[in-house]
Amino acid sequence: MISHSSTPRSLLLAGAFLSAFTLTAAAQQPAAPAAAGASPAAAPALPPGSPLIGRPAGNEAAAKLAPNAPPPIPAAPDKLPTAKLKVPAGFNIEVYAAGMANARSLAMGDKGTVFVGSRLVDKVYAIVNKDGKREVKVLASGLYRPNGIAFKDGTLYITELSKVSKIDKVEDVLDSPPKPTVIYDKLPKDEAHGWKFIGIGPDGKLYVPVGQPGNNVLHDDDHGQIRRMNLDGSGAEVIARGVRNTVGFDWHPATKQLYFTDNGRDWMSEDVPEDELNRIAKGGEHFGAPFCLQGNIVDPEFGWGKSCSDFTAPVGLLGPHSAALGMRFYTGSMFPKTYKNVAIIARHGSWNRTKKVGGDVVVVKLNKDGTMKSMEPLITGFLEDNKYIGRPVDVLPMKDGSLLVSDDWNGAVYRVTYGKQKVADKQ
Amino acid sequence: MRKPILALAFASIAFSANAETIEQRAAPCLACHGEKGQSETENTPSLGGQQAPYTLIQLFMFREKLRTFGPMNEMAKALTDDDLRLFSDFIAKIPKPAAPTEAGDPARLQRGQALVQQHRCDTCHNPDLSGKENVPRIANQREDYLAKTLAEYKDNSRHGYDGSMADVLAPITPEQITDLAYFVAHMR
Repeated sequence: MISHSSTPRSLLLAGAFLSAFTLTAAAQQPAAPAAAGASPAAAPALPPGSPLIGRPAGNEAAAKLAPNAPPPIPAAPDKLPTAKLKVPAGFNIEVYAAGMANARSLAMGDKGTVFVGSRLVDKVYAIVNKDGKREVKVLASGLYRPNGIAFKDGTLYITELSKVSKIDKVEDVLDSPPKPTVIYDKLPKDEAHGWKFIGIGPDGKLYVPVGQPGNNVLHDDDHGQIRRMNLDGSGAEVIARGVRNTVGFDWHPATKQLYFTDNGRDWMSEDVPEDELNRIAKGGEHFGAPFCLQGNIVDPEFGWGKSCSDFTAPVGLLGPHSAALGMRFYTGSMFPKTYKNVAIIARHGSWNRTKKVGGDVVVVKLNKDGTMKSMEPLITGFLEDNKYIGRPVDVLPMKDGSLLVSDDWNGAVYRVTYGKQKVADKQ
Repeated sequence: MRKPILALAFASIAFSANAETIEQRAAPCLACHGEKGQSETENTPSLGGQQAPYTLIQLFMFREKLRTFGPMNEMAKALTDDDLRLFSDFIAKIPKPAAPTEAGDPARLQRGQALVQQHRCDTCHNPDLSGKENVPRIANQREDYLAKTLAEYKDNSRHGYDGSMADVLAPITPEQITDLAYFVAHMR
């Protein structure tokens, strides 16, 4: 197709360059293109998971929208947008740790180690406190989309795209951690909504969601759900269906009911559906997706013949396309009394909306019956001129009542405190 | 005799980096990837006019071995974060690969174009497939590299930064990949 005759010099150079790496390259030559010898597989029956499926054709504003990929390199501590982040009067925000590419889910160890998962890189980090100084260590690498982490009784649980593994006595082996041991791998391998948030409930079981494999799709029985299992991976059972993609959940401190955020579908419109705050009251509920959205809209594609009354409605709505991710109930004593038992939710921020929504951390207060009463901002400023300068992913209350917030755009974790902070806080 | 000397010259780049201009440092890249932005090396992509955020992500992934290809992993191993930015910005300014002068096979072009529309490649890659931000320029990329890359996304042997391309490729057949690659390489 292209003539080589005109550029002998670059060929020579190319040859020289390649020869320099023959040894390393030989082991890793990519396989021959799959086309060779592969049978012409028919398109799968399930629709593909592309986030673009469903985009209206020929609409200029819609054509401008696509998911935002964060920069790969974590921001240097002095380049973080901390000074631009706004908190209510009396609150403070500071950098807790930086330099963790794609910092995502957070978990706290018994001895004060903060564990941080990632999605776009292969690492789980540990933020270690040592002699009053914080240090970031890479706890595990070579993992595939290790977004989900949870800690209990000395053990760290890590969930990759399609398997759950653990490291026992993790805080005793931070300097020479062993490879995680797999405890459960009966999970689909879809990329779309395949990364996971995990948590361990008051029942001592590990909760693992499986998202729907695409924006708006009919799927098999292995998707669109939350499972729970014993901590050795046995006894897995489905406890909720109709879940499109939950990337954050926690148990109410008083009722012990599981509340979870769920991201609504894209490309239906700018303003609906909204992301949901759901509650599992008895177990076995179906939360609607992809047939009923936000509790009161039958899906234009899959809702025909269905009624929203057949499904469990959300207890609250969290904004259109806002990407409500990590959520935890606040039980600490540092924040004002009005924050007791509120849900704190990180809204990663929209991509499928002309004017971006979210990119903040909000406080959700509940009514006595457990439904959502109000939503108010706790941290804003991640959005500047409709562009992200940071994106919050997860929140984690600390023992002292302060709150950690991860930011995968900048690869950092911030700490929010209330009141005048004294030097003594540094321990 | 010439080969080892040049190889040595390349190997020394890592050590004398600071003393050299970006043009000098990028010369070994362009030896394979094409001096005028257009690669003439089998299965090796043209870099001209590539979106800087995309290149930055790829160089980062090569350095961290999130994308595995021996020569590039080796090449990126010693690069600092600032180096990655420097190379990405430099590459974006090299002239983009030229469209072919001949018209190409109309039937294949038509099939490929229909696939581009059907699978909405143009949404993220732009209608002229010039790319934007973290989404690469693919217009007039080498046909063999495009076909290889699409196949690798399909069987997930090339992990994207995120999973978008694996999902897009799921329903696309190997035959359709050859038509897609042909159209994207030959579009004018």
